[in-house]
Amino acid sequence: MKRKLSLVLVVTMVLSLALTGCGGNQPQAPAAPAAPEEIKIGSVFPITGAIATFGQSSLNGTQLAFEEINNAGGVLGGRKLVLINEDNQSKTEETATAFQKLITQDEVVAILGSVASSHSLAGAPIAQEAGIPMLSPTSTNPRVTQVGDFIFRACFIDPFQGQVMAKFALETLGVTTAAMLVEQDSDYSKGLAAYFKKAFEAGGGTIVAEEGYKSTDTDFSAILTRVKAANPAVVFVPAYYGTVGPILRQAQELEIDAVFLGGDGWDSDKLFELAGDAANGGFFSNHYSPDAGTPEVEAFLAAYQAKFNAVPDALAALAYDAAYMLAQAIEEAGSVDGVAIRDALAAINFTGVSGNVTFDENRNPVKSAVIIEIRDGRQVYKATVNP
Amino acid sequence: MTITQQILQQLINGISLGSVYALIALGYTMVYGIIKLINFAHGEIFMIGAFVGFFAITKLGMSFFPAMFTAMIFCAILGILMERLAYKPLRNAHRVAALMTAVGLSMLFQNLALAHSWIGASAKGFPQVFPLQRFQLMENVNISNDRILTLAVAVFLMIALQFIVHKTIMGKAMRAVSLDKDAARLMGINVDKTISFTFALGSSLAAAAGVLFALNYGIVVYQMGLLPGLKAFVAAVLGGIGIIPGAMVGGLLLGVTESAVSAAGGSMFRDAVAFAALIIMLLVKPTGLFGKNVREKV
Repeated sequence: MKRKLSLVLVVTMVLSLALTGCGGNQPQAPAAPAAPEEIKIGSVFPITGAIATFGQSSLNGTQLAFEEINNAGGVLGGRKLVLINEDNQSKTEETATAFQKLITQDEVVAILGSVASSHSLAGAPIAQEAGIPMLSPTSTNPRVTQVGDFIFRACFIDPFQGQVMAKFALETLGVTTAAMLVEQDSDYSKGLAAYFKKAFEAGGGTIVAEEGYKSTDTDFSAILTRVKAANPAVVFVPAYYGTVGPILRQAQELEIDAVFLGGDGWDSDKLFELAGDAANGGFFSNHYSPDAGTPEVEAFLAAYQAKFNAVPDALAALAYDAAYMLAQAIEEAGSVDGVAIRDALAAINFTGVSGNVTFDENRNPVKSAVIIEIRDGRQVYKATVNP
Repeated sequence: MTITQQILQQLINGISLGSVYALIALGYTMVYGIIKLINFAHGEIFMIGAFVGFFAITKLGMSFFPAMFTAMIFCAILGILMERLAYKPLRNAHRVAALMTAVGLSMLFQNLALAHSWIGASAKGFPQVFPLQRFQLMENVNISNDRILTLAVAVFLMIALQFIVHKTIMGKAMRAVSLDKDAARLMGINVDKTISFTFALGSSLAAAAGVLFALNYGIVVYQMGLLPGLKAFVAAVLGGIGIIPGAMVGGLLLGVTESAVSAAGGSMFRDAVAFAALIIMLLVKPTGLFGKNVREKV
């Protein structure tokens, strides 16, 4: 009797393995082929996990753009854009799966995403090999577009961003010593730190301390004590808000008397939730500021506020621009063929919320950056830096 | 900042980290002592305690200590339930079966937390309940009020535990059951009740550790119990698994070692060092620092 029971259990378990292929993020029947009036665009934005606010903002921006485009008549003579988002849960391993599913199962014509450079690097080879154009709104690590000629981005790249903060520290803040806290399992953080270091040292500064940590760490007091001992004037923390928050908080506990600087990974409301008032007095580089005042920004602010009842961050602005760029490229290409869209994107001249975009030979835009100051628990526009 | 000041500050960092590990390690060691089971789900009790404390403060508006107390009671009950439903039926089964159940429970709790609509995958900020106050022990050596509180509560709970174990009837029963379960039963001790009590005690300590951890680092997230749980297990083994003072010393030792490694510049190796210490201890003195070599007399 016992033997029969264990046999039944074993067989059941083996059979259940066959079911593991099904499912995935959203259980759904195989995607229906697109109706002729629809164009399917895929996106890989993290709605959950470490950078959830980034993904949610990106999704909001894209949805708003698609809604406006469709209401204005769509593209290619009245065809509507349909967005299919896959949540990669802020994980690199899930990103590859998401890309595969969008390309093979949903048969999208282009992919918007992903948000983080590490994730885009995982998805880009898949899009490149399938000949599907990929447009990342926010991945700033230069290696992303180096994957191939189908890979584009809508934002500036880290060599420029590192330079922006280095120059800000050297010229505006007038300091000569800096420390860096680098997140070792993030391509974005390592890349941005390296570029900051290069520009800072080239401008006559010295990096007095460079400490590494992992994204799963919660206790930073040991490395912060080392940073404090090196006595830097500024501390550069090029990471995402989820780790920057606790770092700032613990730095305040240790009474570290330096100005904290960061990159566009700081751009989240959650930073204030995690850091409290420890965030005040910090500066970070970003892609756009709601205070910019241009007609595109004003219109975008009004529309976003009406739909989502919130002030859009740079993630939303860039995703909005990326969506419009893709629509314009499809229109100019005259078809949904991957090669045609790619060629149209490469030659595009586009002006949006985050500025004017034309691509260089590496499919990277040449754009300005803004520097944001954190004062009284809010983001305040400080300066614009042109390339 | 002089070398002395650096060393002192890193020592303080290490001790406050170690006190959290010690509280969690106590749960591991007590459960092992009494039923020879490594309760791998203990790290998740820590996580659940932190979330209960978080919701008690944010949704029910409690102040810190009532919230911590609520978390301790909730997890004590959860610990008893866990023991009754998952471990008791396996008391006479092969030890591996209970171990596997523990691992399975750990995964279950983590994924339940992940799937729960109140929790989910994103981290939440634990409110700064006490406005930050720094105390300067000497120049450049600071300790914040949160850390002092953590240390104070941890020490208080450890002293309370020692009192319970050595000065109360229930504690005597616990010691008896861990020495020889069947003999204890013959002496009239209610073994089931004692084991449940042990689980309740260990789980409430883990819950307290969870709330203190959340207060200190300002974050609660569904997988926060994984690494501290594993490290507390290492701490318990380092001090001698089954021996209560061993868990306390092991926890503090581990915290200080981690800080020392980071202080020396090896912050990327801090986790590796903890597990390397485990391997070395098991090779050199498997019974731990406080352990005695108990030879079985035939």
